[in-house]
Amino acid sequence: MKKRKMFLRMIFASLLRRRSRMIVALLSVAIGATILSGLVSIYYDVPRQMGAQFRNYGANMIFTASGDELELAAVNNAAALIPDEEKVGVAPYRYENVRVRDIPVVAAGTDPEGAKATSPYWSVDGNWFTGAGEMMVGANVAESFRIKTGDMLEVTYTPMTDDSAADADNVSYFTVTGILQTGGSEENYIYMTLDDMSALTYESDRVDLAELSISAGAEELSGYADKINAADDVHASLVKRVTASEATVLTKLQALVLLVTIVVLALTMICVATTMTAVVAERRKEIGLRKAIGASDRSIIREFMGEGMLLGLFGGIVGSVLGFVFAEQVSVNVFGSSLIFRPLLVPITVIASIAVTGISSLMPIKSATEVDPALVLKGE
Amino acid sequence: MSLLELKNVYKIYGDLHALDDVSLKVEKGEWVSIMGPSGSGKSTMMNIIGCMDKPSKGEVLLDGVDISKESKKNLTTIRRDKIGLIFQQFHLVNYLTALENVMLAQYYHSMPDEKEALEALERVGLADRAKHLPSQLSGGEQQRVCVARALINYPEIILADEPTGNLDEANEEIVVDLFHKLHTEGTTLIVVTHDPEVAEVAQRTLVLRSGKLSKEVVNENFTGKIHFDS
Ligand SMILES: Nc1ncnc2c1ncn2[C@@H]1O[C@H](COP(=O)(O)OP(=O)(O)OP(=O)(O)O)[C@@H](O)[C@H]1O
Ligand SMILES: [Mg+2]
Repeated sequence: MKKRKMFLRMIFASLLRRRSRMIVALLSVAIGATILSGLVSIYYDVPRQMGAQFRNYGANMIFTASGDELELAAVNNAAALIPDEEKVGVAPYRYENVRVRDIPVVAAGTDPEGAKATSPYWSVDGNWFTGAGEMMVGANVAESFRIKTGDMLEVTYTPMTDDSAADADNVSYFTVTGILQTGGSEENYIYMTLDDMSALTYESDRVDLAELSISAGAEELSGYADKINAADDVHASLVKRVTASEATVLTKLQALVLLVTIVVLALTMICVATTMTAVVAERRKEIGLRKAIGASDRSIIREFMGEGMLLGLFGGIVGSVLGFVFAEQVSVNVFGSSLIFRPLLVPITVIASIAVTGISSLMPIKSATEVDPALVLKGE
Repeated sequence: MSLLELKNVYKIYGDLHALDDVSLKVEKGEWVSIMGPSGSGKSTMMNIIGCMDKPSKGEVLLDGVDISKESKKNLTTIRRDKIGLIFQQFHLVNYLTALENVMLAQYYHSMPDEKEALEALERVGLADRAKHLPSQLSGGEQQRVCVARALINYPEIILADEPTGNLDEANEEIVVDLFHKLHTEGTTLIVVTHDPEVAEVAQRTLVLRSGKLSKEVVNENFTGKIHFDS
């Protein structure tokens, strides 16, 4: 016990009283640990961060009718099976043929919040429609009809009933809040709320489909789809193009980060080994002296290993703090959102740092035991 | 049986005979000086007696054990248990305090004991310097720390290679007085020196020349006190 105390006293003295020398060694260990813990943080955070990025590319799951009709209530029930925190948006759509100035146009009823979330790449000149009496017009429609934001538009619907004599046109008036540009077929439609759609056409809970944007990996997504499909009210399918490319990009990115981590680890080892070699070289005399006063090879190894590992411990602690700061900076600057702190990473970094310092100190320390006390003590 | 006996010891480097057929005996409790010109093999002999080197030929019996046949590992153990070393350049671990340097010898020998180490420093008159680093001590003080370290484990023999080589007369006297104290307590001392005044203090002086023992002078009126001519 007393021996252990002296041992600790010695290696602490070596680190603290030889500060200027040790600071270089500590720095190399700490930088290695910083980059290591930073990269591992990023490695584990990439799926989450990238998931959020990918959600900009639109829906990755579609609900359609599994039987004759798809009801809004069924869509909501099915969507409830997906955890809220992963649900970026749900946009049900109902399409009907209507007429504007006697020309047929397709009208889409949807939830503007859901549509905004599932189709973040849609660009609206003006504002989104938000409630009753407001409408958003696709760019193609706006061009053919020369419609501008702020215009009042009359929309006509002719109910299709068996009793054609009773047919009277339904008419609603809408203010155009914005012109929609997507580069796709959406520019051919006009958009209103589901309630307005029901009022204009006929009261119905029916929707044609629902688009969902879910922040989850490919496997989880197909899990959700299976669960929903098992319930039989709704048919859920994945937008394969999106989910597959997400998975590919993620795998590649993680592989890249892993590769960089391994390279950094190797560089750290070389750096620490070089430092330890220098430490041993400049302390040949001390090693000779220790041997002369009775130190065995094993105690020399133990002392230098102790110093190395203590260095690893300090470096690891400094590194895991700086590593988090580093990863946080990367996260904020690259992904625009902050990092989740993983407490487990602290002990892992510290242990890895101790192990790396220990392993890379092995060779130089081995050479320390070969010092011949007689030669070293002979004189300058 | 003598404490130390060298029988026809050679140390040969290439065609250089650093030690050339040296035989000698040192009895327990004796104080012996070794003199000789530079390069005559004094340090070579001390390294062999101190278990830091092995002879090319011959036997070295320390306490009845032939150390010329022992493994490096055993030599370390023997050195630790039986020998106290003092060098010309006061070799101390520069980041350990005087006290810690003394405790280091205890640490490798058995158990560090701060109180005992402090007593050893007291014996060399450095109790008040215990917490100083070597760089904060004068040369004489550093050498006294080395003496304290050499005597801390009660070695059978203290080997000192030019212990006063870098000291002024005042410190020389302090160190020689310490040797005298150790001698009266029964410690065997072998002291290499260039300085006739230091050599004369011992009971016996051996002179080496080109690796051979060339002369032996017995000090008839031994007092153990240094006597300066000037
Ligand atoms: N490792 C070695 N390899 C080759 N020659 C050596 C070695 N060590 C010592 N010698 C030679 O052996 C001879 C004796 O050296 P030693 O160090 O014993 O002399 P010394 O009597 O202690 O001299 P000084 O008074 O200068 O300290 C010298 O000629 C020296 O050059
Ligand atoms: Mg010498």
